[in-house]
Parts: sequence; C-alpha cells; structure tokens
Amino acid sequence: MEYEATIGLETHIMQKTGTKMFCSCRHEYGAAPNTHVCPVCLGYPGALPVLNEKAIELCCKAGLLLGCAINPYSKWDRKNYFYPDMAKNYQISQYDQPLCLGGQLEVEVDGAMKTFAIERIHQEENAAKNTHVAGGSLVDYNRAGTALMEIVSEPCMHSAADALAYMNALKQIMQYGGISDCDQEKGQMRSDVNVSVRPVGQKELGAKVEIKNMNSFAFIEQAIGYEIDRQIAVLEGGGRVAQETRGFDADRGETFTQRTKEDAHDYRYFPEPDLMPVKISAEQVERWRAELPELPAQRRARYVSELGLPEYDAGVLTSDKAVSDWFEEAMRHTDNAKAVSNFIMGEMLRLLSGQGTAISESQVTPEKLAAIIALIDAKTISTSAGKQVFEIVFNEGGDPKTIVEAKGMAQVSDDSALEGWADEAIANNPKSVEEYKAGKQGAINFLMGQVMKASKGKANPGAVMQMLKQKLDA
Amino acid sequence: MSNATQGMDVGYVAHLARLELTAEETALFQGQLDQILHYVEQLNALDVAGVEPTAHAIPVYNVFRPDEVGRSLDHDDVIANAPSAANGQFRVPKIIDQ
Repeated sequence: MEYEATIGLETHIMQKTGTKMFCSCRHEYGAAPNTHVCPVCLGYPGALPVLNEKAIELCCKAGLLLGCAINPYSKWDRKNYFYPDMAKNYQISQYDQPLCLGGQLEVEVDGAMKTFAIERIHQEENAAKNTHVAGGSLVDYNRAGTALMEIVSEPCMHSAADALAYMNALKQIMQYGGISDCDQEKGQMRSDVNVSVRPVGQKELGAKVEIKNMNSFAFIEQAIGYEIDRQIAVLEGGGRVAQETRGFDADRGETFTQRTKEDAHDYRYFPEPDLMPVKISAEQVERWRAELPELPAQRRARYVSELGLPEYDAGVLTSDKAVSDWFEEAMRHTDNAKAVSNFIMGEMLRLLSGQGTAISESQVTPEKLAAIIALIDAKTISTSAGKQVFEIVFNEGGDPKTIVEAKGMAQVSDDSALEGWADEAIANNPKSVEEYKAGKQGAINFLMGQVMKASKGKANPGAVMQMLKQKLDA
Repeated sequence: MSNATQGMDVGYVAHLARLELTAEETALFQGQLDQILHYVEQLNALDVAGVEPTAHAIPVYNVFRPDEVGRSLDHDDVIANAPSAANGQFRVPKIIDQ
C-alpha cells in the first residue's frame, strides 16, 4: 500500500527584545545564573506582569512578514502546569485569541515552489533553563519570562524536505525582519513536529505523533524520516499508531515514547486576570507594515534584475542576512557587484568558515574590499594579487593600498621590464615557439606562464600576451 | 473548561492541583463545590444572546511598558529564598522530562 505523511510544525522563536515579556529584567544569553530575575519572573505572590510593547510589535511584524492578519482584539490566558521551569505554575500564553491569524510561507523544495499555510502566531513567555545533575536538577530563571512566539503551521507538509525548507525560510525571514536572531545553539528557535501517516486516498488524517522541542534542523530531518518509516511499519504490520508524544534520541537517530494520550496534560486554560487584552488598530498595522524590511526573496530578485548578478550568486549572498547586509554595505563603495560577489563567495566565506568567525567581525571591511577591487579594476594589481591582498588583510588587517606598495605587488605593465622576460621565455623554449609558429595557438600559454613565473606573478597578463604575440607574429 | 451541569470531579481536579486529599476530604469538598456550582448555575437562566463574551469586566486595553531594562533582584537575595541551591541556581528534586 502507498502511504502519505502529513507534517505540521509548531515553531518557538525567541524575540530580540532588550527585556523580558512581562517584566523589565534584562534579556541576555549567557549571563551568570539567576542574575536577571525579579518578583514577576520568579512568580512571587502578588507580583503583576506588564506587557512589553516591543515584543507585541515584533510578534505582529513577524505576522505581517508571513502574510498573517493581525487580530484587532487579542487576549491572554494561563496555561497551567507544574514544573520547576515555570515558577508561577502557569505559563502566560494566548489560547483562543492570538495576535496573528492565517498566513503562508512560499518556499522552494527540490526546485518546485510550494506554499505552506500558517494557522496562527501567538505570544507567550519562555520557561527557565534546567540542568540535570547527580541527584537533582538546577534551575536558572534568567530565561524565564523572556518573549517567545509560537508559529503554528497547518498540517500541510508531506516530507522531511518540506519541513526543512519551511524552517529555513522561516529562519531567514525572522532574521531579515529583525524579529529574532534564530540562533539555534542559544535555543532561540525550537520546533515541535507533528507527524502522521495515512494510506493514500484516505480522507481522515492518521493518529498524530508529536516530537517535542528540537532545535537542530538535522535532528528534525532525521526524526521525521524515522517517524514516517516507523508509523508505516506499524500500519503495514496491521497495528495502530498510538497518539502520543515522543522524544528524539540523537545518538541512536530514533524517536521514543515520552507520554501517551492517557496521561496527556490537561492545562485548564483560562483568561489571565492580570493582563488586559490588546487592541490593534488598522492604522497601527499599516505603520508597522511600512517599516518592514526587504525580505530575502525580494533582495534576491533585485540582485539579479538591478545588479546583474547570476541567480546562483544572488541565492548565496541572500541566504544569510549578515552576509547580504555586508554585501549591501560594500556596494556603497563600489559598482562592481560581480567582483564583490566573487570575493564573498570565494575568499571570504572560505576564510570565515576556516576561522569560525562571523562576517561582521572580519578584518576585511566592506570598504577595504571595495579598495582591493578598485586596485584590480585600475589594473594596478592582478586578480590573483588581489586575492593575496584580501588574505593578508583578513589575517593581519591593514590598508590594501599600503600592502600592495610595501610588498611590491603592483603589476608590471611597463614594456621595458616585460620585454626582458618575454625574450628570455622565447629564447629558453624554442619548442613552444616552433609549435606556436606551426599554428598551435595554445603553445603561447606556456610561454606566458614562463613570463608570469619570471615576474613572480607581477606581470600584467594582458600586456604580456600582447608583447609575446607581437614578437612571435613579427 | 468545566461544565457546571456535569458537576465537578474533585478527585481529578485535586490531582491537577497536586493536592493530596483523604477520601473524607474529597467527599466533603465534592458536596461543598457541587453546592457552589449549583448556585452559579442560576446564571444559565439569563438570556445572553447578543452579549459579547469578555475576558475582563472593565474596558481597558493596551497596558504596555517600554522595552527598557529596569532593576532585577540581587542574586544573593534571590538564592536566599531557595530551599536548596547550588552553583548560583535553585536546586530541585531530579526532573527528567515534561
């Protein structure tokens, strides 16, 4: 029998706010434990939450970037559960009136454009960080109460590739929009994945299995693949897939039962009495919409249509917002888009990945790259010398022009200097000369190589070629 | 949401609230809570067709604060309240998963 998988994602994204969702404690990753806490985020009796205006704005802007409608009226609810990561014993969330409704994400999967529907985005608060140690667990409340939004997709995906493309696009848009850095290492983007399988043609969806709280895209891909195979095997064996919550064991590449339907949580949602509802006017929505930045897909199209870059280059440059922003900055100092693109895709990304640093921290600034490109375009240095200068600036810093002068890297186009090397090459390689004269055009390249070698790469290749032809064709 | 006409399962609700009740207590609270729910049930007699549901009794909206960092508690004070602490963190009995 043929089976079809259905996948839906609930993606939690931590917003880029300076303070927490309901109190003015600083939101900062990596601070000493329990140093950014107060009566509100520690759940002291009588402490009252107050909404962070910026978080509401970022959540709504995320919605607008994803084509959601902004709910004119939304409210807050308590989700009740007992766990040490939530000191109040409830999480403030939005149950039936979230900030954003509907929406969609258009992505390319294996060369085909697909549209994935988004059901809603609601605002909630993050839980504390637990660390398990021998004989107990430790709790750090710095993360407790930080702004967290949950983006819920419709069950509209059918493969791990779909889910991966969706998450990549989501991450890109959130980064471009300044909503979140989506740094998975820091837990800023985590997903719960719902997977079910049904025989092709069956109308109802199969029993839903939820895999909780994964931050690595690679693990999500593995977990979905494993889960689809497992569920199909259960059905093939005549069994029934149990509706349950499963965890993913990364070491074994398998999912395992965590919680069955019978002991599912009963959260007893009810309206949060401590927070007043939010009303958002159409005018406010339009003001936010006007502030939205250009998205990767738009940038990509502009790089092709306005800057004349190949699709491939535009795709590489826009896949990471930091890289794209760097490129934009460089374009303020030069008109040679293709040269900038070549340097970024070649030297820059290679050297950065070798060092494991971010492009924003590179010693080669957009201005310095533009200076290197200007030296190449003016034929002061060759392209290969340009790459050397780039590497020197990358590793040691410094001014490109000064480096070229100090290291004597300027190209030699001067005829008197070239003539000596050309004569030498011709005298020392009679065989190549003969071949060339016999009509084998390619033989001149060998002579050219000899000249370049003698000049230690400083000869201007165009000028050398011209000089050699002049001498041989005479 | 609990439905008043179906009564209330005190044993279940006590479990959700992590309350340990004796059989006598359960029976006592069941009777008392049934009475309260029955009393509130009188509201069902009202015709509320056309009345918008509301989460709050007063029409106040958009109570916001700017995203500006304020004072947090001193770390020593925070940990002073912890029944057990280690490495600057609250120490709780082992929790495996949620």
